[in-house]
Amino acid sequence: MTELIAQFPLLAALLALVSLGAVFGAVLGFAAVRFKTEGDPIADQINEILPQTQCGQCGHPGCRPYAAAIANGEPINKCPPGGEATIQALADLLDVEAIPLDEEHGEEKVKSVAYIREDECIGCTKCIQACPVDAILGAAKLMHTVIVSECTGCDLCVEPCPVDCIDMIPEEETLQSWHWGLPDPVSRKVDIIATDATTGEAA
Amino acid sequence: MVADYSILLIGAILVNNFVLVQFLGLCPFMGVSNKLETAMGMSMATTFVLTLASACSHLTYNFLLQPLGLEYLRTISFILVIAVVVQFTEMVVRKSSPLLYRVLGVYLPLITTNCAVLGVALLNINKDHNFLQSLFYGFGAAVGFSLVLVLFAAMRERLTVADVPDPFKGAAIGMVTAGLMSLAFMGFAGLV
Repeated sequence: MTELIAQFPLLAALLALVSLGAVFGAVLGFAAVRFKTEGDPIADQINEILPQTQCGQCGHPGCRPYAAAIANGEPINKCPPGGEATIQALADLLDVEAIPLDEEHGEEKVKSVAYIREDECIGCTKCIQACPVDAILGAAKLMHTVIVSECTGCDLCVEPCPVDCIDMIPEEETLQSWHWGLPDPVSRKVDIIATDATTGEAA
Repeated sequence: MVADYSILLIGAILVNNFVLVQFLGLCPFMGVSNKLETAMGMSMATTFVLTLASACSHLTYNFLLQPLGLEYLRTISFILVIAVVVQFTEMVVRKSSPLLYRVLGVYLPLITTNCAVLGVALLNINKDHNFLQSLFYGFGAAVGFSLVLVLFAAMRERLTVADVPDPFKGAAIGMVTAGLMSLAFMGFAGLV
């Protein structure tokens, strides 16, 4: 081997570079398998925070695309269904400043579900096609109805209905969903905790 | 022994600072010093890669190139080593810490073309450093790079709001500042 290398220095050089390349290729190949990441982990985490209404008010076709867009640097304040709470959670995750909701994409509303007045429904199936989460049951010329547990309250079925028989009803408060309202010391002029006096806002 | 290594370290950080005294790695020095935050990200990534790359290239040279008498191939082999180290680092960071990956992001691949990385690898060979010395020299060079990059970024952030005469605005005042910093760093020349 050593004689061969002494005789053909070019061969040695070729051998060295090829083996170097092969070793490095193997290392990178191993790393690619060992450290494989499915998709974009940051986008996954963002997607879990988003409310999954799939309403499209942010300008993207669903929550997942918006999560990918945020991961690429889009503003985090385009999600009206999520509202303030979602923006705060996103700001914490991404370590950026929480910014107020962008009014351009809609206002934060009480979570509601769609209700179809069934005796007025003409069975046109238009709302079924509009529903992003397949929460509306029905067939052509038969009345439709909404599966309450599936409905995300995104409003998208209200617009296409030709007879306006869909109402958005605020979600009924149950023992599970009821919670104390946040104190509002500014309007009541009451100091609830000591820091209210200095900052003027409750946590 | 300890004194030797600390002299090597201080020499690489201050006296022979790679950016301001040896003028290597100027592209990221000017390119990513607009914001302190990005400068920090770049510094961290460069420190990691530079240390690792100088160790790997030392191993490659002493255990592959030298025994085969292929010293003349060192430049191309080192480029290969650096590219692999950077790529490997990117994969590991992407898997282990998505947030750090987000911060470092585009800067990781940029390091491949940072001439300071190749410069350190080649200088290690020229100066006949052993493995540990190579490691320290690489780390010192990286710390020096980080130091001036962060200092420079902080100054540029202030320069954007300073009242600079029109003809000097932007890159021009940046260059002038870099020159003055370089002059200041020349003052360390007698230290070691």
